[in-house]
Amino acid sequence: MSWTRRNLLGLAGVSADEITMVLDTAQSMKEINRRPIKKVPTLRGKSVINFFYEPSTRTKTSFDVAAKRLSADTFSLSASTSSITKGETLIDTAMTLQAMSPDCLVIRHSSSGAPHLLAQHLDTCIINAGDGTHEHPTQALLDMFTIRERLGRLEGLTVSIIGDISHSRVARSNVIGLTAMGAKVRLFGPPTLLPPFVETLGAEAAGSMDQAVQDADVIMMLRVQRERLNDVLFPSLREYAQRFGLGPRHMAKAKPGAIVMHPGPVNRGVEMSPAVVDGPWSVILDQVANGVAVRMALLYLLIGTEAGQDASDGKEARS
Amino acid sequence: MRLLLTGGRLLCPATGRDEAGDLLIDGGEIAAVGGRIEAGDAQAIDCAGRVVAPGLIDVHVHLREPGQEYKETIATGAAAAAAGGFTQVCCMPNTDPVNDTRAVTDLILDRASGAAARVRPVGAITRGLAGQELSEMGELAEAGCVAVSDDGRPVASSRMLRRAMEYAAGFGLPVICHSEDLALSAGGSMHEGPTATRLGLEGIPAQAEVCAVERDCQLALLTGARVHIAHVSCAGSVAAVARAKEAGARVTAETCPHYLALVDEDVGLYDTHKKMNPPLRSAADRQAVRQGLASGVIDALATDHAPHSVLEKLVEFDQAAFGVVGLETALGVGLWLVAEGALSLARLVEALTASPAACLGLPGGSLAPGGPADVAVIDPERQWRVEAAAFQSLGRNTAFEGWRLPGRAIMTICGGRITHRVKE
Repeated sequence: MSWTRRNLLGLAGVSADEITMVLDTAQSMKEINRRPIKKVPTLRGKSVINFFYEPSTRTKTSFDVAAKRLSADTFSLSASTSSITKGETLIDTAMTLQAMSPDCLVIRHSSSGAPHLLAQHLDTCIINAGDGTHEHPTQALLDMFTIRERLGRLEGLTVSIIGDISHSRVARSNVIGLTAMGAKVRLFGPPTLLPPFVETLGAEAAGSMDQAVQDADVIMMLRVQRERLNDVLFPSLREYAQRFGLGPRHMAKAKPGAIVMHPGPVNRGVEMSPAVVDGPWSVILDQVANGVAVRMALLYLLIGTEAGQDASDGKEARS
Repeated sequence: MRLLLTGGRLLCPATGRDEAGDLLIDGGEIAAVGGRIEAGDAQAIDCAGRVVAPGLIDVHVHLREPGQEYKETIATGAAAAAAGGFTQVCCMPNTDPVNDTRAVTDLILDRASGAAARVRPVGAITRGLAGQELSEMGELAEAGCVAVSDDGRPVASSRMLRRAMEYAAGFGLPVICHSEDLALSAGGSMHEGPTATRLGLEGIPAQAEVCAVERDCQLALLTGARVHIAHVSCAGSVAAVARAKEAGARVTAETCPHYLALVDEDVGLYDTHKKMNPPLRSAADRQAVRQGLASGVIDALATDHAPHSVLEKLVEFDQAAFGVVGLETALGVGLWLVAEGALSLARLVEALTASPAACLGLPGGSLAPGGPADVAVIDPERQWRVEAAAFQSLGRNTAFEGWRLPGRAIMTICGGRITHRVKE
């Protein structure tokens, strides 16, 4: 099977075979990150532009490191230091960047659907690094890689995602990806932070914190966004931590060998007690390491291989 | 100048006429209707196989002039109206400056003279649409406004809207209500439903409209004023209007072609040409709105024609302006609904002529002799493909791009003047 996608705008519509291909490729990339000289010439001469409208530590650095490990040249643009402050539109900004012939545009934006808007107007390969509350496909891919690495498989696992589901692109992409790979996903959070029609996402809604963690193989916690405090969505961080925070007593209910994940950054003491953040179940730092490998794999598949090349030349453009 | 329309199906719900026959226009008036008419000196127009209806009336359009002429002007909007079979449109006051004084009303009427359709201004309920002070409705009525509305926005304060209804009634002005609970709709860009959840977009629940429609209907009951509920989009609103009418409130209502034809899923992959307020709703809502229009609970079909430029639409979905154009596709979509079995042709024509005229007390909307020579000649079998690039409107933001519609107005006559003609 060869890679034919030109862009990665989300995991919606991405097949289990494609996901497996990314994870398998990431496996070999991970080895590079352990060498004394962490560089291969695969993407030498290619340019990757990181276009981040929203602040980011992990994703942005991860993409940057990933591209450089493959010998690509990287350039970064953030909204606050670009002409967006002068009122330039998203499309004009993107077309301007495209005129400089990058091989790939990695975009993070606060509006859901921004990458789709760009994909309609640009020929360049586009990777969605997170759009509004819609999708964060590379996060879900690295999450799946981490689960597969730790537990040996994805199919048949029970994965519980707990927290502010309604505003979470990480949750959405994970539900789509994990379900495609045959895992069962449970969602839980304060009722005001569950999206309406949550079943439409393809996961079951747990009725309580205990139900959510009971016999789970994977517990994925989401960050509480403090901005949401102002929005009448829950009364206080204290109550959130008491009722929806993950502590060691919950781990006793999960399956033996269960792992705890978090996309970061973690609000210690809010969604997770420090004992869990630093405890034996936590794979949070593995996620970060795997993030580089997964992004290397994606860049390779999208702009490194012959197929990726053909795709961006429009020969077999899909998505 | 005399025009003789021969052999068409004369369809005039206002006068209960539906029969084959001729229609004679003399100057700006309908001189004779029905049967076989001899008028050798008149220009004969063969209408065999066509429906001859009163010129269509749209009680809800945005013509953007003064202030946003890059989106539409009164001239281009009227041309769009004529192309769609309309001879009369009511333009909303959310211009810049707002139409809350006679100066702006006069400007609009001045720009409208010689335009391809009759333009009836709707004045603002409150100054600047700010919801704080009543506009000088007496002056607006005298200047020629046919109704008042703060459309684009609701009147948030119930106390304010009550007084506005009482005051407007004193001048015979119906109040057109944009019914929306802003606190419930805040932040939303599409209908709150499974599609919004999947797309990661903040939703506007149907209740944001229903709660407000209920309130506005209750105030209509309290004040006895004539109230017209704009752009009904959901089942709850249809039910609320039905109950209000039963209770004796002087409430009328309109819906738009897009609520009859499309649903929230049609937003697809963030298509901003499917973004309007109120938003496209669920399939059940669409069904209820269709039934409401067919039964007459919803009186009229209006377009809420809202032209925007690429500046407002070729952007991120949550940033895009709300609104779609509608004058040039309304009749075609209506005929599509007739073909789908959702509506009878007679009811469609009524909803576009007699009913809107009755809602706002407007002249026209009928083929009565002595009345204005406003006529739409409709070919119900003239298939065409919607192409925004070919529109008369400056606004290209249509929700129906690429649709194949089964029929259209092939000629529009306004005051005896041919304002639109499709080449054979």
